[in-house]
Amino acid sequence: MYVAVKGGEAAILATHERVAEARRGDAAVPEISVAQIREQQALACARVMNEGSLYDADLAALALKQAQGDVIEAAFLMRAYRTTLPRFGSSEPLDTAKMAIRRRVSATYKDLPGGQVLGPTYDYTHRLFDFALMDEGAPSVMVGPDPTTSGREGASGANASGVARVEPEHDGLHAPLDAHMPRVPDILGAEGLMEPEIAPEGDPRPFDLTREPVSFPADRDVRLQAMARGDEGFLLGLGYSVQRGFGGNHPFVGEIRVGEVSVEFVPEELGFAVDLGEITLTECQMVNQFAGSKDVPPQFTRGYGLAFGHSERKAMSMSLVDRALKAREFGEAAEYPAQQDEFVLYHSDNVEAAGFVEHLKLPHYVDFQGELELIRRIRREREARLAAEPETLPEAAE
Amino acid sequence: MTVHQTLPGDETSPAYNYAYLDEQTKRMIRRALLKAVAVPGYQVPFGSREMPLARGWGTGGIQVTAAIIGPQDTLKVIDQGADDTTNAVSIRRFFEKTADARTTEATEQATIIQTRHRIPEAPLQAGQIMVYQVPQPEPLRKLEPREAETRKMHAWAEYGLMQVKLYENIARFGEVTTTYDYPVMVNGRYIMAPSPIPKFDNPKMHMSPALQLFGAGREKRIYALPPHTSVRSLDFEDHPFRIQSWNEPCALCAATDSYLDEVVIDDQGSRMFVCSDSHHCETRRAAGHRGAMLGDAAASGLVASEESTS
Repeated sequence: MYVAVKGGEAAILATHERVAEARRGDAAVPEISVAQIREQQALACARVMNEGSLYDADLAALALKQAQGDVIEAAFLMRAYRTTLPRFGSSEPLDTAKMAIRRRVSATYKDLPGGQVLGPTYDYTHRLFDFALMDEGAPSVMVGPDPTTSGREGASGANASGVARVEPEHDGLHAPLDAHMPRVPDILGAEGLMEPEIAPEGDPRPFDLTREPVSFPADRDVRLQAMARGDEGFLLGLGYSVQRGFGGNHPFVGEIRVGEVSVEFVPEELGFAVDLGEITLTECQMVNQFAGSKDVPPQFTRGYGLAFGHSERKAMSMSLVDRALKAREFGEAAEYPAQQDEFVLYHSDNVEAAGFVEHLKLPHYVDFQGELELIRRIRREREARLAAEPETLPEAAE
Repeated sequence: MTVHQTLPGDETSPAYNYAYLDEQTKRMIRRALLKAVAVPGYQVPFGSREMPLARGWGTGGIQVTAAIIGPQDTLKVIDQGADDTTNAVSIRRFFEKTADARTTEATEQATIIQTRHRIPEAPLQAGQIMVYQVPQPEPLRKLEPREAETRKMHAWAEYGLMQVKLYENIARFGEVTTTYDYPVMVNGRYIMAPSPIPKFDNPKMHMSPALQLFGAGREKRIYALPPHTSVRSLDFEDHPFRIQSWNEPCALCAATDSYLDEVVIDDQGSRMFVCSDSHHCETRRAAGHRGAMLGDAAASGLVASEESTS
């Protein structure tokens, strides 16, 4: 039983102690520090910041430590903290064209202004264990276990598709990159081939789904916001479903860029923008075909993804689903889950989903008693009837 | 910046506002509550906040309680009818911690009763507020998954689908097989989900002198029953609504008119039936009512022995 009449409170206190014990693990092993998590588990921190909707690498690392590495639990901690924070204003719109690029690849052009920049990526590593990492005393390793896969020469060697290469003039990761890195959809846009992105009439302030209830059909600001905090795995699955035919788009990676963007804020009393600092972002723009309609000539259409930190899988998945969700705007039939805003928005929030799935652990014995009473009575009546006439009863609903 | 004032002498832990939510959020919830009271049974969308407790674990009820509780209130929290189930304990602790709440297990002493899955057996009084935790506020959701559609159905009072579902139940099983969250018609206008209380409790909502508030945190909806509102459980003239009944009385307090839980007491499948409303059962035992198994239960520690409680 959950409750031996007066046991609930003591049991709850005891479980708090148990979880603290489990979190610490073997006391003979040194405790991990928040700074270590922030620096050495940065991709996990990025995911927690995305799904927790709060850009704070220290808190993300603390959340991961407190949650024993459970990413959804860590995101929950972030959100429960975020919701208490006062809102003192909105930043100026970020300009990702001015990003300090760490990585930038395009699959639609062999070369382009600014070049392709591989930067840090696991894409061309071989997934072989680097057992040297088990040796904690070893000096820090800058390249993967197989130097041919992430160094400059290696990249060109592994570059069979010709899609991504390191610009020869870029000496490794540290050479200065071109200051000018136009975004690929802007290049297409200059030719008029890309669906233009025009702010809605009056350029209203974006919806804030953490403060207002969502209604349907949901506009694009709401959809992008929901996906930005949505579960990476869920969006990955939906994006994949679009590619496999549960959705009609054929996407190209116009561009993925990762780097730092400065955040500016205009305090009312100053009246001019002040730089608040930099955040790391991953932006993905997918280019999709569109055959055109009676009113619109054939053109390429955009799927957009933006995520905190280095989160390419998330940004790519988001941009696939963003395009799929534009079905209504383009007059396409919304036949598949990834094209239906209610389905995507209601079910992508992993903190809400986890809460509701896991609430099944709570006692339900009052309702279950009602079901027991019903099923026993129906069975009794059924037996009585079967005894009278041989007829089978359909299965009970629910 | 009122939310994050630090407590004097405590530089590290930020002080939360009274009852956790900031005052603006409380006002937003109160506005939604007023609208809900004005239109009984209508689901009012509200800006449900992320709470430090998980979705599905009572965040709607907690937000409603946080928006209405004050220092003069006395709070009772029950889950499955009992004050000491784990999540009821957890929510009560939350309000003791954040709102310095005076709490009680006595139904008649409470000004606010937050509940999951039950309405207390003792009749509610004028001035009391019931706060229901609601997992799925939309009674039509299992018939129509799209919110855009169900809102239209409510707007046009287009409830034929629900009647057909109940009819099909009767056609197949001879009765309506919904045992909890049994749909009700409120004030002759809106079909409403009473939250997953057993249908046994539905009649208690009808014309209740207490104010009844419903909070669905994850689904971001609030709805309400003002005092003395008509609440009719859906049925047909030739198949009237009926509630659960048991063949035996409560094994501890001998009540014959309360909702009973079934407790399996050995591995041979023996069972006892006891009141789900733990306070109701204790009150009856204190008044001298004795069920058939009270002695056994006290001996096995299932209930506190009579000597220690009296």
